[in-house]
Amino acid sequence: MPVKKTRPPSLPLPSEITPAARFFGRREFLAGLAAAGVVGLGPDAAQAAALKATKNPRYTLKDKPNSFEDITTYNNFYEFGTGKSDPSERSGGFKPQPWSVTVSGEVERPGRYTLEDILKPHALEERLYRMRCVEAWSMVIPWVGFPLADLVKRFAPTSRARYVVFKTVLRPAEMPGQRFPVLDWPYVEGLRMDEAMHPLTILAVGLYGQTLPNQNGAPLRLVVPWKYGFKGIKSIVEIQFTEKQPATTWNLMAPREYGFFANVNPEVDHPRWSQAQERRIGASLFAAKQPTLPFNGYAEQVASLYRGMDLRRFY
Amino acid sequence: MRAAARPGAPSRLRFDKTIAFVLCALPLAWLTARAFDVAGFTLGPNPVEALIHGLGSWGLRLLLITLCVRPVAVLLRQPRLMRLRRLLGLFAFTYLALHFLAWLGIDQSFDARNVVTDIAKRPYVTVGFAALLLLIPLAVTSTDGWMRRLGRRWQMLHRLIYPAALLGCLHFLWLVKADWREPALYIAIFATLMAWRWRRDRRPAGRPGTATAAR
Repeated sequence: MPVKKTRPPSLPLPSEITPAARFFGRREFLAGLAAAGVVGLGPDAAQAAALKATKNPRYTLKDKPNSFEDITTYNNFYEFGTGKSDPSERSGGFKPQPWSVTVSGEVERPGRYTLEDILKPHALEERLYRMRCVEAWSMVIPWVGFPLADLVKRFAPTSRARYVVFKTVLRPAEMPGQRFPVLDWPYVEGLRMDEAMHPLTILAVGLYGQTLPNQNGAPLRLVVPWKYGFKGIKSIVEIQFTEKQPATTWNLMAPREYGFFANVNPEVDHPRWSQAQERRIGASLFAAKQPTLPFNGYAEQVASLYRGMDLRRFY
Repeated sequence: MRAAARPGAPSRLRFDKTIAFVLCALPLAWLTARAFDVAGFTLGPNPVEALIHGLGSWGLRLLLITLCVRPVAVLLRQPRLMRLRRLLGLFAFTYLALHFLAWLGIDQSFDARNVVTDIAKRPYVTVGFAALLLLIPLAVTSTDGWMRRLGRRWQMLHRLIYPAALLGCLHFLWLVKADWREPALYIAIFATLMAWRWRRDRRPAGRPGTATAAR
């Protein structure tokens, strides 16, 4: 499928994915702010726009989904601060539109793509995934997105492309957490090519049927449900295809604590705490922790990717 | 030292202690209210973490505030403030004991094997636990009776608050993932307080400002 190359982000493009009025908050729509973005997100989640997505029955769970409030008020997004409520409290000034993503490296179709270019050919689906944070808490989240593999194919990676690297936007003016070097900004994450092409790996543009709130990584983020949450890089502006394994943010910060693979594994503890159990967010004060499952419960689908690898060494 | 002229004015002391008591109890009352969803306030999406971190943070802050009393009393020439140390110290111990009990009962569900493993294997748990152990004899011997009975040794014993506070700071520092700013601030405060004591106690006795009350 050919991909449209860059247009100036200021040039208005009609959205062909969903009727525009459904996509954009009415006010933004009337104000003509719809421009190139697909995301009609204002400062708070209340202004999120509805997305047209079909539930994918193959990716559902018996677990009860976390509430919209839990998902959008308790998470890590250090770009907005290191407290769990910082992302929701301090992301109001972030502007997820217009948005574009630069694609480079070992691909036949590099370039700068507007978010609309990226989303156009993909049907959005809703998938209920478990999310396990490396800090030993977990959630169940109904994401709206599409398989990363479908997008990667459009860029036509060359035979030398062995890894996919993602970068988060760097905007200290809008992201107060980036004004202090808690991490080495901008945030970088990566996947091995076979991980990126796995059907479980998605790019999410929404949750609970609405466009992503700023605090959850608007307008475009990665979701890799069998890995610890920090692999799920948010607000992506760069996708690069490389031959060598990239240096990723948390791995650089503390290589002994955060591996490149970061597969959920109850048998390999974080050096400072156990990973054998997890606390489900939204449970009552006296609810017991629950056992953590290998590959976060997705072992059947993904364990074969790591056959023959020593998972204690490649954590 | 004008204030020293009327050190024990009982009504004044009672007033100071009442204020200090109320202030110290506020965070605990706030956490308790949220734990029981009073007036719609809650501990948020992760109540266990909110409770344990809330108790631990306030315990550590109160421990450092206890260590601030002597410098503040000397610098402001208000020796009567020294009478608040017991109250502050006991509050710090209360928060930290509750912090430990909440971890033991709510987080670990009294799972003895996990608890022992964590204490033995996770350095931040080890030092936190050690800090609490150091504080137990101080809380026990905080009464007037024990002060009299132990005499000079009481002071020696109660210097254990210094290593306890340091271990408490390390406990905090070793559990954060990347943002060391708050624990670093506590360590800086602790270091400043210790430096002040060290300088002051090296001074020859009898010079102005070395009131015996200010030990």
